Amino acid sequence: MEDTGTIVAFWLLAALTVGSALGVAAVRDLIRAVVLLITSFLGVAGLYITLSADFVAVAQVLIYAGAISVLILFAIMLTPLASRDNAETFLQVPGLLLAGLVAFTMGFVSLKTDWSVVERGGFEETAAEIGEALLSKYVLPFELASVLLLVAMLGSILLVRPEGSSAEE
Amino acid sequence: MSVDLEHYLIVGALLFGIGLYLALAKRNFVGVLMGIELMFNAVNLTFIAFSRFGDAAEPLTGHVFVVFVITVAAAEAAVALGLAVLVYRNRETIDVNRMNLLKW
Repeated sequence: MEDTGTIVAFWLLAALTVGSALGVAAVRDLIRAVVLLITSFLGVAGLYITLSADFVAVAQVLIYAGAISVLILFAIMLTPLASRDNAETFLQVPGLLLAGLVAFTMGFVSLKTDWSVVERGGFEETAAEIGEALLSKYVLPFELASVLLLVAMLGSILLVRPEGSSAEE
Repeated sequence: MSVDLEHYLIVGALLFGIGLYLALAKRNFVGVLMGIELMFNAVNLTFIAFSRFGDAAEPLTGHVFVVFVITVAAAEAAVALGLAVLVYRNRETIDVNRMNLLKW
């Protein structure tokens, strides 16, 4: 990765991702926090594109920036009397210390380790190969994932169904 | 100057730290969930970075793993937000400080 465009894109997207993630922690209003979270998800999708992971980038935009953020907005709207503010519990200082320590340790290890990096260049296209892998080598986890999604969908429908309504009536 | 594996790993570590802080320290249950989603994103970014730069026989295995992580994250988000709505309906709050029924 030597070309200037990729380097500029990486630094801009990294600043966007980490900056809006910090904003999620700092901003006082939950709705604004969700908007910043969507920005952070889109920044991660851009970073995937700089890593030439096209399929995963599109899935990230569809599922994270689309579906999961809409789910979070739904949860905020369905709990209207709960406080909208994004305040911290008494664990703020220990949480800050622990999170800083974990991030520092992982960053330190990733700088100090001598990774066996290979000069391969970007992938040509990934969607076809991922699809083949999912339907040949990883077909059992693939089917299990579909069952998991079905169970999660049924479970959340059952959980939030209004009281007293049932299928028999 | 070029962009290497370490740059992506450090972005992932920072993102994971911010998500961990959110999940530990936020009072609102939805805020805790946002932290968990950020941690998922950090791990996925690390997977994709290793898949791109790492020395592996089948480099696209990382992508397949990320697809599964995204699937499980979507299922987790749906169930967790359903639980948030249910707790709100019974207790009129989703403040994690006030979910103390099991405390004596």
